[in-house]
Amino acid sequence: MAVLRRSVLPGFRLSLGYTVFYLSLMVLIPLGALVVKSGTLSWHDFYTTVTDDFVISAYKLSLGASLAAAAINGVMGLLVAWVLVRYRFPGRKIFDAIVDLPFALPTAVAGITFADIFATNTWLNAYGNDWYRVTLVLIFVGLPFVIRTVQPVLQDWDTETEQAAMSLGAGPVTIFRRVIFPVLFPAWISGVALAFARCVGEYGSVIFVSGNIPGKSQIVPQLIIEKLYLPPDENGVTGVAHATSIGLVLLLISLSILLVLNAIDYLSRRHDR
Amino acid sequence: MNAALGTIAVSLTAVLSFASPARAASQALLNVSYDSTRELYEEIDQAFVADYATRHAGQKPDVQQSHAGSGKQARAVVDGLRADVVTLALGADIDAIVKGGLINEGWQSELSNNSSPYTSTIVFLVRKGNPKAVKDWGDLIKPDIKVITPNPKTSGGARWNFLAAWGYAAQVKGHDFSNADSAVAAEKAGKEAKEFPAFDDAKGKAFVEALFKNVPVLDSGARGSTVTFAQKGLGDVLISWENEAWLAQEEYKDQFEIVYPSVSILAEPPVAIVDKNVDERGTRALAEDYLKFLYSEPGQEIIAANHYRPRDTAVLSRYADKLPAIPLFTIDESFGGWTNAQKHFFNDGGVFDQIYKVNK
Repeated sequence: MAVLRRSVLPGFRLSLGYTVFYLSLMVLIPLGALVVKSGTLSWHDFYTTVTDDFVISAYKLSLGASLAAAAINGVMGLLVAWVLVRYRFPGRKIFDAIVDLPFALPTAVAGITFADIFATNTWLNAYGNDWYRVTLVLIFVGLPFVIRTVQPVLQDWDTETEQAAMSLGAGPVTIFRRVIFPVLFPAWISGVALAFARCVGEYGSVIFVSGNIPGKSQIVPQLIIEKLYLPPDENGVTGVAHATSIGLVLLLISLSILLVLNAIDYLSRRHDR
Repeated sequence: MNAALGTIAVSLTAVLSFASPARAASQALLNVSYDSTRELYEEIDQAFVADYATRHAGQKPDVQQSHAGSGKQARAVVDGLRADVVTLALGADIDAIVKGGLINEGWQSELSNNSSPYTSTIVFLVRKGNPKAVKDWGDLIKPDIKVITPNPKTSGGARWNFLAAWGYAAQVKGHDFSNADSAVAAEKAGKEAKEFPAFDDAKGKAFVEALFKNVPVLDSGARGSTVTFAQKGLGDVLISWENEAWLAQEEYKDQFEIVYPSVSILAEPPVAIVDKNVDERGTRALAEDYLKFLYSEPGQEIIAANHYRPRDTAVLSRYADKLPAIPLFTIDESFGGWTNAQKHFFNDGGVFDQIYKVNK
């Protein structure tokens, strides 16, 4: 508090009040409603709902495909960013612009594009393998994140550091591993985290390519919708609380994965000092 | 903090309620319907408005429609979509609105024929020339056949598909609905039925289990399945609403054929007035008029022209080539109505879930 009071910028109280209010209104209140609604279930019901075979399998598909897509984008995105920044070649600006397409494209358009490719192109189809198809679409959706977070760092990068390392006898692998990557790492890991978070929540494009078979090819959002539209049983109990419970657990899992990624970032910075 | 939030909430509510001024005895009517009735109700609405105008000194009500999966629409009405009438795919979805407190109990006996002014049935759509020689339900469980049907958890049509397959295998009793006397007798049999052995039929269960092994994709709605079959080119057979099959055949000329199985289910998509909404909006008379129009001869004619089966057997007989008479069994007689069927087959932990836990 002492530090804050000394702030030279005027309007601290007003802007803090606004920030807290805004975040509460837009984030905490809706999420609070999610928790409250899930709380209408007993612990036993909650537990059996979220550990049902179909639900577990949907978590595996949603989280597994998202992690796979984020990892692939982590490697490939770094490479693309490197090439776009470090090399000059004809059409570079165009490729640079293409990177943003998955951002700009409505997800349903992405979904229908892929559905069409899978329908007409036999080698891309891999009929029945939903993991493959879902992961491919998620790679597309998450593509720009790593590139766009790593790019500015690479652009500001002073190549003299590399020259110094080289003059001290370091090979290209050592230079990348010991000199370049540690600087890129914070941006890179947050890019991977963003791509992952985006993929976990992705619905519009994935429903076009996943088979929606319970226990096999259903993503979590599909399962949530399924529970939501279940007619009430004879006691008038609807599936809404079940749907929010499944959503709540997904939220907690992806939150912990993001926390782990942030912790890695934090530890790596502390190691530098 | 709390007080501030309270003030904001109150002012927000004030703004929102300002934004939707109460429509005093308005001439607007919202019909919330399911996926595959788009074309039907476009024509019905036009004809109804013209008819209404001649009877009410030129007044033209503004009839609007909303279409999506039947279960989703029921949910939307419970959650606040201001429907005056609902025309959904099956009774269970209207029962859900009853449980939400918007429709009075006993809605199904307010209009004749179980409040279903039209019926439909479940048929097969196959690719041109029927390359896999699909003739009847029994062919759908052959190992080299891929079947497209939507997910019964979210799609009303899919639930009819499921029960049609089950009823075929359990050999429940079919009726001739092209003949008025026999149709009345079948409805009576449905009301009087007390025992429903079909629920525990081992053949029914084994057949449906085998059938779903052949299903590669479960779309969330009937339209989605039609697109999967017709545009994505997946599957050998689409199990479909009769009217969807005809629409697909007309739209994709010379690509598909309709196959009528030896027996199918009488699908009764019901209609109801949303009591709470019409009383608040003062639209009850208009809504009643709208639903009655569906039973009128011009209404029945439009229904038949859109490939639904009119209740009026005289109209039906004029369309006998496109709506052929096949034996149809009823959900009331074979399964004791939707409440029982929904609970036994489709609720969480029901037969459908069990099938997928076995197939896994």
